Amino acid sequence: MTQTVRTGSAVVHTSDLSLEFSTDDGPVHALANINLDIAAGEFISLIGPSGCGKTTLLRVIADLETHTGGEIQVNGVSPREARESRAYGYVFQAPALYPWRTVRRNVMLPLEIMGVSRQEREARCAQYLDLVNLGGFENKYPWQLSGGMQQRVSIARALSVEPELLLMDEPFGALDEITRDHLNQQLLELWGKTGKTVVFVTHSIPEAVFLSSRVVVMSPRPGQVIDDISCNLPRERTLDIRETPEFLEIAHRVREGLKAGHSYDDD
Amino acid sequence: MTMINRLVHQGTFLPVLTVVTSLIVIWYAGAVYLNSTQLIDRYQKKGVDWDISRLAQDAWKMERPVLPAPHQVGVELKKTVIDKRVTSKRSLVYHAGITLSSSLLGFALGTLLGIALAIGIVYVTTLDRSLMPWIIASQTVPILALAPMIIVVLGSIGITGLFPKSVISMYLCFFPVVVGMVKGLRSPEPILIDQMRTYSASPTQVFFKLRLPASIPFLFASLKVAIALSVVGAIVAELPTGGQGGLGARLLTGSYYGQITMIWSALIVASVVSALLVTAVGRLERIALRRLNGGQVVAV
Repeated sequence: MTQTVRTGSAVVHTSDLSLEFSTDDGPVHALANINLDIAAGEFISLIGPSGCGKTTLLRVIADLETHTGGEIQVNGVSPREARESRAYGYVFQAPALYPWRTVRRNVMLPLEIMGVSRQEREARCAQYLDLVNLGGFENKYPWQLSGGMQQRVSIARALSVEPELLLMDEPFGALDEITRDHLNQQLLELWGKTGKTVVFVTHSIPEAVFLSSRVVVMSPRPGQVIDDISCNLPRERTLDIRETPEFLEIAHRVREGLKAGHSYDDD
Repeated sequence: MTMINRLVHQGTFLPVLTVVTSLIVIWYAGAVYLNSTQLIDRYQKKGVDWDISRLAQDAWKMERPVLPAPHQVGVELKKTVIDKRVTSKRSLVYHAGITLSSSLLGFALGTLLGIALAIGIVYVTTLDRSLMPWIIASQTVPILALAPMIIVVLGSIGITGLFPKSVISMYLCFFPVVVGMVKGLRSPEPILIDQMRTYSASPTQVFFKLRLPASIPFLFASLKVAIALSVVGAIVAELPTGGQGGLGARLLTGSYYGQITMIWSALIVASVVSALLVTAVGRLERIALRRLNGGQVVAV
């Protein structure tokens, strides 16, 4: 804990962050020269084609991968220390629920691991299941729920840890569009209510623009940031906002960024 | 009655009955065929006029047949299972009890050993590399050759009775348990392991909250194989210890005295014991998996 906090309010700070995987075909530059500051309370989307390193960047923040160059700090300390102090909640692509645990006991799993008292566990479980509109489903097993409901359980579980930082890796990628729209709206409301910092990985442009206060566009080989767009749309949004010129303008800029990243790829 | 009801309702009753009937018919035919050489020899010596129906009748009531007829085995079974007191040394129930107790002890020991080895293999890389080849090699050694040596070696250091026989059951049992448990403990998807890491869970927590529950379906699949093997192990172990009793000892006595019917009835009792044990483990499996998955039965 001797590292100094470099940026006052930055929840995540990276400078020249890079990550090389060594494979049989030689090194792969998964991330190169990422310079990113994420401030408290931001909803930031990482968007890009597959292989652009957006998930890898999220995993480096979560200390699920270790960077090989540059620097990264989460809450002013190393990702490892941040993970060990349980600084973040992570929502995976799949709901990752335990089939042998009820919804209630799935939500309580991280709390059990962290040694939270039984009374507190029950209280938080009820509170966060209500927040994702799943009150009353406590005693169901995952197989009794739809895909969208399962992913909501997994969000409630990540929230129950009460982290200031929420890392989400394409959480709605496997869901149909109607469910996805619905959950996007719920997530936005949740963000409004809790004021957490969210880092959200997606490859859907409308989703990124709709949810975020800032969209970071990435391109592959090597994984790098090619555009950083702030969305100054009002924080209170409904799905209708996707028809407005402001929204379309930002979406257009994201699409241009993605195209630029791709033409790079075809050379 | 409920079982018969269920069989009828599932439409399996007739097929099962057909198979059983044909097996019995084949058995009766086989008894005539296999005993005929002996009988025809005797007819020729005595100059008896014989036809196929006389041959069949005689073949099905021989005192020392090569292959006894089903009803002869039935009579022997009634005599040794129902008529004899359970404590009598001539009761098959008594002998089955001896075999059962060493099977169960061996099964318990083998399961514990198998689980312990699997945990070692999953958690210690060196063990993964070094142990598995030996475990596989252990199963290529014919148990029939190994059993007498184990009995003699353990006997020479003063260990006799139930335990040495259980060791042989254990030797057969631990293998499927190791294989199944290694697979089961490694079955959680990477995403679940990553998730545990995001919680900063300790290795003990990962084991008890994730790996162990995930391995239960695999464990039960292995246990069904292991319980049947444990009976085989116990019977093989009883062969070299002849006089001490057990179904294996009955098999040996039967072959000493040419009592083929005795061998057959011991075999049938042995397979009934195995079948009951496998069924019992199957029941436990259903109960355990149902509790594990909240009413949904998921088989591996």
